[in-house]
Amino acid sequence: MKRKAPRTAEDLRGGLFATVPTDEEGTASWRTITPVIDLSKCTRCNVCWKFCPDVAIGLDGEGFPYVKMEFCKGCGICEHECVPRAIAMVREE
Amino acid sequence: MIAAELLARAAFREGKSVQSFPFFGVERRGAPVTAFSRIDDRPIRLRTSITTPDIVVVLDPGLLKGVPVTAGAKPGGLLLVNTERTPDRLGIPFDGRVATVDATSIAIAHGLGSLTQPIVNTAILGALARVGGFVGIESVVAAITEAVPAKPEENAAAARDAYAGVLTPAEVVG
Amino acid sequence: MGTKEIVTGNYAQSFAAKLARVQVISAYPITPQTTIVEKLAEFVSEGELDADFIKVESEHSALQACLSASAVGARTYTATSSQGLLLMHELLFWAAGQRAPVVMGVVNRAVAPPWSIWTDHTDTMAQRDTGWIQVYCESNQEVLDTTLMAFWFAERDDVRLPAMVTEDAFYLSHTVEAVDIPEQREVDDFLPPRPRTHVLEIGKIGRLGSFMGPDLYMEFRYSLAEAMGQARRAILDAEAEFERRFHRSYGGFVELYKADGADAVLVTMGTATSTAREVVDDLREKGKKVGLAKLRVFRPFPAPEMRALAGLTDRLGVLDRSYGFGHGGPAYLEVVGSVAGGPRKPLFRNFIGGLGGRDLTPPVIEGMFDALLAGDGDGDEVTWPDLHRAEEGT
Repeated sequence: MKRKAPRTAEDLRGGLFATVPTDEEGTASWRTITPVIDLSKCTRCNVCWKFCPDVAIGLDGEGFPYVKMEFCKGCGICEHECVPRAIAMVREE
Repeated sequence: MIAAELLARAAFREGKSVQSFPFFGVERRGAPVTAFSRIDDRPIRLRTSITTPDIVVVLDPGLLKGVPVTAGAKPGGLLLVNTERTPDRLGIPFDGRVATVDATSIAIAHGLGSLTQPIVNTAILGALARVGGFVGIESVVAAITEAVPAKPEENAAAARDAYAGVLTPAEVVG
Repeated sequence: MGTKEIVTGNYAQSFAAKLARVQVISAYPITPQTTIVEKLAEFVSEGELDADFIKVESEHSALQACLSASAVGARTYTATSSQGLLLMHELLFWAAGQRAPVVMGVVNRAVAPPWSIWTDHTDTMAQRDTGWIQVYCESNQEVLDTTLMAFWFAERDDVRLPAMVTEDAFYLSHTVEAVDIPEQREVDDFLPPRPRTHVLEIGKIGRLGSFMGPDLYMEFRYSLAEAMGQARRAILDAEAEFERRFHRSYGGFVELYKADGADAVLVTMGTATSTAREVVDDLREKGKKVGLAKLRVFRPFPAPEMRALAGLTDRLGVLDRSYGFGHGGPAYLEVVGSVAGGPRKPLFRNFIGGLGGRDLTPPVIEGMFDALLAGDGDGDEVTWPDLHRAEEGT
């Protein structure tokens, strides 16, 4: 259920509030480069999952990582930390 | 921002007071990267965002479709756009002078950036030197040569080509 | 002679710290301060600055590292902003109590919640009780010059207090303009090495951090008050010395701009001052007799200068770029407080504005002057111009 975006002091009287749930809003609009994971090189070490500052990498049922595109901001830390070099940051069009 | 900073350096070389700054907001995909400059003969004391520019320079022609780039521009000002279209074919209403330059082709010709990511900022500054009327091409070239992060000669050459190639409506033949 | 460079306010800090030959730097990154320390790290790694760069995990640790180094005589520098400054809070009291002349660059930025990276004086105002000297700059040149002067007056033997040199986020930190960067030789002549008095040394008995009962604690705090009083003299002496050598000065504590004989004067801090100068000139051309008072040094608070200012005008407004839940903003309270004991009491008005990066534009500032000129005994003493309110009747 979407609330109106606040615009005035009166709107904020109750304190800070969200206008949409986070899974609807996402935080991907910052992203200009996207991680692409080559699963054939992945060793399932979990380092990318651990290092992602936004918890934007999840692990599937077999323990392989996947990127949650609605949250990934494209910081590139996963590419930097990936031990077997299985992640590449690719510019989006 | 590099363009705004190079512009500041160029104008400073001519004894002007300068102030350049990036957009004071959150940079986001979908929101254009914007930078601002104030240039004056007197010391600049205004320290606020710029909402009524005299000159608007558009480096990415794709912005013209969805972004109100000329919002707030002062009547009688200048709009300079990186595009292969000529000023008469630009198709955006603007109360002032319009100039265009194909900075993308110039940049590619000098090996600056790639086809998908051309580095047009130095070329566009060369064009601005010609139609802006407030800074000369030699100052722009000197600023580029002294401060550009890489390929100073190519960037300077791109500026000179754009200086020569920028079009105003009076120059469009046909 | 110095060289003119096009630099940001942040780089102005970095160049100043380098020219001051700081010996120990410890800092933690935070927007919009990060480039100050990145530049210093570059100077150190390129061999342009012979300093120890101590990497730490937080701002609290950063200041602690500086205090330890300072205790043994090193000239130290750090920089932070907003949440980072807040995290240092308990150690800010330590720095003053320890009489450590640390110089810190602070980029004035709003505090959370909600998260904001934009300019606001709440972060530094919230530290006004810590015993640090506080200066608010309005240009990149002033940032560089004040940082150099800060080492001079902070380290003087009769002062030995930490000093923060503040600059507004983005308007200075990320804005490039021409700055005269002095030559190393000129700075060496102005700023000698830190005197090695009152430092911990091997072979000498010394102690930091004693326990003190009610019979003496008050006397210790009084000694800090006296040191801050000495800082008044040292700040003026530093400026005189700086002007003699570099031919630039900033009017000491309070700089008046067309305030003499003005019908209304607005007190401003930081970059709002710069814009307000334009507004004063515009309004003067329109026949309104208004003036400006730049409150540059907030600690030690320039009470004598404020009292003198109150004698020059009937209407005195104060623009606070922070709010501290007092009877008005922090700058307002101190201005009124210092004038209250004096012979003349003008009409006072407090304007809370520019919080969280809200732009203080010429129309908004002009509105403040108009409100001052129109003000009478009734009317709200404290207002928040440019606040977005719902329409009346909705």
